[in-house]
Amino acid sequence: MNEQVKIPRTAPRQSATFDPYTLSEIRRAAATGIYDIRGGGSKRHMPHFDDLLFLGASMSRYPLEGYREKCGTSVTLGTRFAKKPIELKIPITIAGMSFGSLSAQAKEALGRGATIVGTSTTTGDGGMTQEERGHSEILVYQYLPSRYGMNPDDLRRADAIEVVVGQGAKPGGGGMLLGQKISKRVAEMRTLPEGIDQRSSCRHPDWTGPDDLEIKIEELREITDWEKPIYVKVGASRPYYDIALAVKAGADVIVLDGMQGGTAATQEVFIEHVGIPTLAAIRPAVKALQDLGMHRKVQLIVSGGIRNGADVAKALALGADAVSIGTAALVALGDNDPHWQSDYEVLGTTAGAYDDWHEGRDPAGITTQDPDLAKRLDPIGAGRRLANYLSVLTLETQTIARAAGKSHVHNLEPEDLVALTVEAAAMAGVPLAGTNWIPGGNSY
Amino acid sequence: MNIQSQTQTKTKDKAFARTIDLATSSVRELNQLLHSLPPGSNATALRVLNPRGVHAVAAGVDADVTIEIEGDVGYYCGGMNKRATILIDGSAGIGLGENMMSGLIHVRGNASDSLGATAHGGTIIVDGNASGRCGISMKGVDIIVKGSIGPMSAFMAQAGTLAVFGDVGEAFGDSLYEARLFVRGKVASLGADCVEKPMAEKHRAELYAKLEEHGLAGSVDVGEFKRYGSARTLYHFHVDNAGAY
Repeated sequence: MNEQVKIPRTAPRQSATFDPYTLSEIRRAAATGIYDIRGGGSKRHMPHFDDLLFLGASMSRYPLEGYREKCGTSVTLGTRFAKKPIELKIPITIAGMSFGSLSAQAKEALGRGATIVGTSTTTGDGGMTQEERGHSEILVYQYLPSRYGMNPDDLRRADAIEVVVGQGAKPGGGGMLLGQKISKRVAEMRTLPEGIDQRSSCRHPDWTGPDDLEIKIEELREITDWEKPIYVKVGASRPYYDIALAVKAGADVIVLDGMQGGTAATQEVFIEHVGIPTLAAIRPAVKALQDLGMHRKVQLIVSGGIRNGADVAKALALGADAVSIGTAALVALGDNDPHWQSDYEVLGTTAGAYDDWHEGRDPAGITTQDPDLAKRLDPIGAGRRLANYLSVLTLETQTIARAAGKSHVHNLEPEDLVALTVEAAAMAGVPLAGTNWIPGGNSY
Repeated sequence: MNIQSQTQTKTKDKAFARTIDLATSSVRELNQLLHSLPPGSNATALRVLNPRGVHAVAAGVDADVTIEIEGDVGYYCGGMNKRATILIDGSAGIGLGENMMSGLIHVRGNASDSLGATAHGGTIIVDGNASGRCGISMKGVDIIVKGSIGPMSAFMAQAGTLAVFGDVGEAFGDSLYEARLFVRGKVASLGADCVEKPMAEKHRAELYAKLEEHGLAGSVDVGEFKRYGSARTLYHFHVDNAGAY
C-alpha cells in the first residue's frame, strides 16, 4: 500500500529586519516618492529611565517619613547673571510648543495648568500669544532661528528667554509647519502667506558658533537690561561639548533634550536616527558642568521621555536641576485619548499611536488650527488635568526622594541609583545592580 | 560712568542733549540711558563717541531719539530698534539692525554679515557695501545698499524691500517668500525659487517712492534696476521639487 506522506510545512515567518512596519513604509515611499513626516519623538526601544532603579534607605541610610517630614521641590533658574531669576515651586516645566503647532486652547490650557502648580510654560516657533501670556504666570520666550513673531515688547514681557539651538527630535534640523495649519492668524504672526508650507531654518540668521552666540546673548541681555535668565536649548548629540560651549557662551540655564523629545513635525528618518537617548545625555552634560565648576550654578533642565515621578527623580539624581515635559503634558490635556477612538480610526490610526500632528486634524483639538476641532478642548478642564498630572509627578518624585533619605529632591544623587542593564549602566554612569561595575569609565 | 557730566555738549554746530564716550562709559550704561528715555523725548539727540567696535550699541531702543555714533560698531548695533534714528559714521559689524521693528539706521561705511536679519520694519541704508546674508529672513524692513552685497542675501526673505545699487553675490533670494528685490548691477546667481520678474512702470514707481522717502530719488536711475521675486514653486512640498531642496 502506497501511502502519501504529508510533508510538514514550516510556519510562515516574518522577517525581523523587514518587519510589517518596515514593509509598509517601503510601500508608502514607493507610492508617494516623499519621506514620511510625523510629530512626536522617537518611538523605538532604547535604554531609558526604566533601566534604572533607586536604592532605598536601609541600614546605612535613613529615610524620611512620607507624610510628615518635608521634602523640598522648589528650584531657582537663572542665578548666574540674570537680575530676576525664576522661582519654580516644582522642578518640572512645560517645554516649548508653538501656537500654530498647537491650538490657542491648548496653549491656554498649558498656561493654566502650569500656573496652578507654580511652574513655567514656554512659547515655540511663531511668537507669543495673548492667551499664552495671559494664562502663564511664568513664561519662557523661545528665540528661534526663524524669529517668527519675535519682537522686543514680547521679549520684555517674558520671564526668561530660551535661545533654541536644537531639539532632541531633530538635532541639526529646522522646523516645518505644513499649510493645513497656517491659518490666517498663524500666517499673520509669522509674516507668511496663508496656507503655504512653512519652513524654519536650522541655523540662526545672525550668528554661527559659540563665539557669536556669546555676543548674541550679550545683545539679548542688553535689550532686556540683564533682567531675564537666558536659557540655551540643545538637542542631545554631543552633550559634553555642547554644554561646555553653552556655558562659555554665557547661558544661565541649559536645556538638554533627548531624542525621545517630541516635535510638531519632521521626517520620521530624522526622529528615529539622529541624536542620542536622554539617558545617555545627562551624565556627559553634568560632567561638563562639573569640570567647569558650574554644576548648580548654570542650571540644567533635561527633557525627552519624562513620564512619571520616577523619571523625574532619576533625571535629578543624575544631576539635572529640573526636567521639562511636552508629550506627556499633551497627553494630560487629552491627546491620543481613547475617547476619540472612532475619530482616530477614520484617520487610519488608533488612540495612542496618532502622530500626524502636522495634518492639523487632531480629534482631541490640541495639534490643530481647525476651529471646530479646537473647540473640543476645554482649556479650563484640560488645564486642571495638567495641574493634577504635574502634582502627581511631584508627589511621586518626593516619595522616592524621601525613601532615599533626601529632604530636597535636589539631594538625590547618582549614588542612589543602579542599572538593570549593562547599556544603561554605561550610559548613566551608575553600577550594574548587584555589582560595583560601571562599564565604560567616566571620561569624555 | 560719566554721563551726567557729559551732557549739553555742542559739536559740529549741532546741539546734543547728551554725549556718551564709550572710552569711559560702558555699553550697559549707554543702553540703560537709552532705555530710560521718557516718552515724547523726540527732541533728544545723543552722540556716542569711541565705539571701537563694541557690540550691542543702542540695542533695544524704543524711543523717538536720534543717536549719532562716531566710529565703527561691532555686532548687533541697533538690534530690535523701535522708532530711533541711528546714524553710524563708520562701519558696522554682524547683524546691524537685526529684528528691527521701526525707525532708521544709516551706515556711512560698510556693513558686515546678516544686515537687517529678520527685521520687521523701518529702514536701513548703507552707503558702502554689505556682506553676505544681507536681509536674511527679512520680515518687512526696507534695506537700501548703495554698494554691493554678498552671497546668500535675502535668504528666506519674507517681506519688505531690498534695493541694491551695485552687484549681488551667489544664491540671491534662495527660498524667497514675498520680499521685493531690486538690483541695479549683476547678480552672480539666483537661489532656489528666486526668479527675475518684469520691471513694469508700477515697480519703477514703487522703487522711486522708496528712494524718495529717504532723499535718494535721482541718485540712481530706477530704470536701470531689475526686479526679482519668488516663483512660489516651493510654497508646497512636492516630490517633483525634491532637487531644489
